[in-house]
Amino acid sequence: MDAQQTLRTEVEQLVRVHGRGRTALMPILQDLNRAHSYISEDAMLAVSDALNVPRAEVYGVATFYSYFSVKPRGTYVIRVCRTISCAKQPDYHPAIAALFDELGIGFGETTSDGIFSLEQTNCAGMCDQGPSMMVNEDVYIHLTEASVRTILNECRHAALAAKKAQ
Amino acid sequence: MDSELIAVSIDGKEVKVSPGTTVLEAARAVGIHIPTLCHHDDLCSEALYSQTSSTPHQGEHSHQHEESAMLSTPSSCRLCLVEVEGLPKLHASCALPIHNAMTVRTTSTAIRHARRDILELMMSEHYGDCFACARNGTCELQKLCADYGVTSERFGRPHEPLFEKAEAGNIIVRDQNKCILCRRCVRMCALYQGVYALTTEGRGDHSRIATFMGREMQDAACINCGQCINRCPTGALSERDDTEAVWHAIEDPDKLVVIQTAPAPRAAIGEAFGCEPGTPLTFQMNTALKRIGFDKVFDTNFSADLTIMEEGSELISRLYKALVLKDNSAALPQFTSCSPGWIKFIEHFYPQYLPNLSSAKSPQQMMGAVLKTYFAEKNGWDPSKIVSVSLMPCTAKKFEAGRPEMDSSGYRDVDYAITTREMARMFKQAGVDVPKLDKTDFDSPFGTPTGSGVIFGATGGVMEAALRTVLEIVTGEKVESMFDHADIKPVRGFDGVRMAEVKIEKVGPVPEILSHLVADFEWLKGATLRVGLAHGTVNAIRVMKDIEEGGPLSKCHFIEFMACPGGCLGGGGQPIPTDQDIRAARAKALYSEDAAYVVRKSHENEDVLRIYREFFKEGPCSHKSHELLHTHYKERV
Repeated sequence: MDAQQTLRTEVEQLVRVHGRGRTALMPILQDLNRAHSYISEDAMLAVSDALNVPRAEVYGVATFYSYFSVKPRGTYVIRVCRTISCAKQPDYHPAIAALFDELGIGFGETTSDGIFSLEQTNCAGMCDQGPSMMVNEDVYIHLTEASVRTILNECRHAALAAKKAQ
Repeated sequence: MDSELIAVSIDGKEVKVSPGTTVLEAARAVGIHIPTLCHHDDLCSEALYSQTSSTPHQGEHSHQHEESAMLSTPSSCRLCLVEVEGLPKLHASCALPIHNAMTVRTTSTAIRHARRDILELMMSEHYGDCFACARNGTCELQKLCADYGVTSERFGRPHEPLFEKAEAGNIIVRDQNKCILCRRCVRMCALYQGVYALTTEGRGDHSRIATFMGREMQDAACINCGQCINRCPTGALSERDDTEAVWHAIEDPDKLVVIQTAPAPRAAIGEAFGCEPGTPLTFQMNTALKRIGFDKVFDTNFSADLTIMEEGSELISRLYKALVLKDNSAALPQFTSCSPGWIKFIEHFYPQYLPNLSSAKSPQQMMGAVLKTYFAEKNGWDPSKIVSVSLMPCTAKKFEAGRPEMDSSGYRDVDYAITTREMARMFKQAGVDVPKLDKTDFDSPFGTPTGSGVIFGATGGVMEAALRTVLEIVTGEKVESMFDHADIKPVRGFDGVRMAEVKIEKVGPVPEILSHLVADFEWLKGATLRVGLAHGTVNAIRVMKDIEEGGPLSKCHFIEFMACPGGCLGGGGQPIPTDQDIRAARAKALYSEDAAYVVRKSHENEDVLRIYREFFKEGPCSHKSHELLHTHYKERV
């Protein structure tokens, strides 16, 4: 099966879970985004055909939400809170410096090994426990330079293990 | 029922409206103008309903897709702000439905200032020179800025483009630097055309109008109909400008520059010169075309009539194959092929029905092919020196002219297809005030004015012209004996999808011109010829759906499809603005021209009969006519 066909099968499975109406568009895009870290062109075409929603509209929805991406991203998408309560914490700048140092990339970029993407987010709701960041859907609080390095290492090991398992 | 109506006071005027009417609609009903850049008369709910009037139900508007978010009023420009007594703040009147009695003010210092602020903010992100813009003079933003005394003193103007330069080379040219995100283009494309080529990408201040994956228009599933251009309030959308190339050809002493003019532009070009919509300027325009240097001016009506001969003969052969020979390869219903927007639409969205399309080229392409063969031979012109220009109401004609297969004579059928708007600009550049000119006839040998050709410009016109010819050829009787004045009224009008049927009571002998196709018409005796029509491709979808479901339209023999609402007269290349009333006025001009002509049937056009005598000697749908006058189609993704 080629990649496109695999995606179509995957979308058909999601349709079985979420239904074929246009209200299924969001949950299906969410699942695809979660599974692949982004929603590819082929994925959008498959969704458009399966739900009978125009492809341009699928694209419009996929680009509307900042948690969706239509461009490839790393397995782990890191979103650092940039809101004032986190940014005023003494550990904020050391933690960010550790991110830059460990990953060798800036905000909006993806590491060459495809494991990490680094982004900024507005308030994650952890104002009393900052600095905070999200790694995919998990929230990390009280960040320090050391804890950032530990978190990244754990992710790296998990990614390598997953790769080996394949 | 009066009791259900709600009394509203707008600027002191009392008006009673049904619940749910917006303040904007109520104000317009009593003649109070509220400015807006995102509302368009074609996109208000009433117009949308009448566009698909036989089924006034929202789901029907929106493709095979379920009801779309695109249907709702975007209320994106915020210029229609009004004050409502008892409510705080200003409210966008287009998104304010009336459910209780209310008192509204549409003008006050607060409102005027708010509108000016909004316009100034729009201009703070608007890059481009007004004077060099294709919409200078017809730009709605420019007009409102003038009305409200907008300056760039407070919020400034961009000195650098905010987006990459307009996508030159595309037929539909977008310039994001001029876009105000009103979404009229998105809604027009979805609701009238059912194409959904456009969407809003991103969110908030990152929003922009885009195609799927942000592709250029030429790489999107776009049919080039240009309806988006015609609704754009600014210069963010325009067509590829081919006027420079045409001027260049005109000034080249080595070239013979020939122009054909389609019916719809002549009924609309006056609007660009301050005339009322529906002022026909056919013969004044001929004078103007000669004056700016065209060597010959021909009437596309000639090739429209030629199209009817080819397409009508094709229909007779298909019917014969299907009904008599029981040959399954003859796909019925036969679909018309004159509208290049429709052609690209079916190639994208219903490729399995390509065999149903008539293989006859459109009148534009037939004229081009004939010019560089028959006409060139007859007049001793070197076809390589002929530059064939067409004046069309249509942006998709540029795409059709550029289709690689359109060169079976060895030369491009049509070198440049220019829109009514481009032509008006050329006239203005040359200082030619078209309405004031004397009249000049078309040049022969393609100059016989025929009614059958001229009504091609209106929805139902191709079908009416085809019926006039097919009925007379098959029955041997004058069509006037069946329809008064040969006006086949059942196929006229603006309903989105229409059907008509004619019983063939008696048949006549096969005219010599068709003797190579069928031996007699006995097999048609007592048959009922069923025809269908659709305009605006969203209605084409309704027809295709009905055919797929085996509904009444699947029983039709011949269906006319026009991509644009109203047919060519509402084409994407026509003067801006275009709305329901303007389309109706243009249609009236075309039908009155038809009524005034002596020759009103394609098979009575002497120029057409001559070309079959002298050039396509084997008759319609013969080998030679297939080579030059017919084409093929391809599936597109």
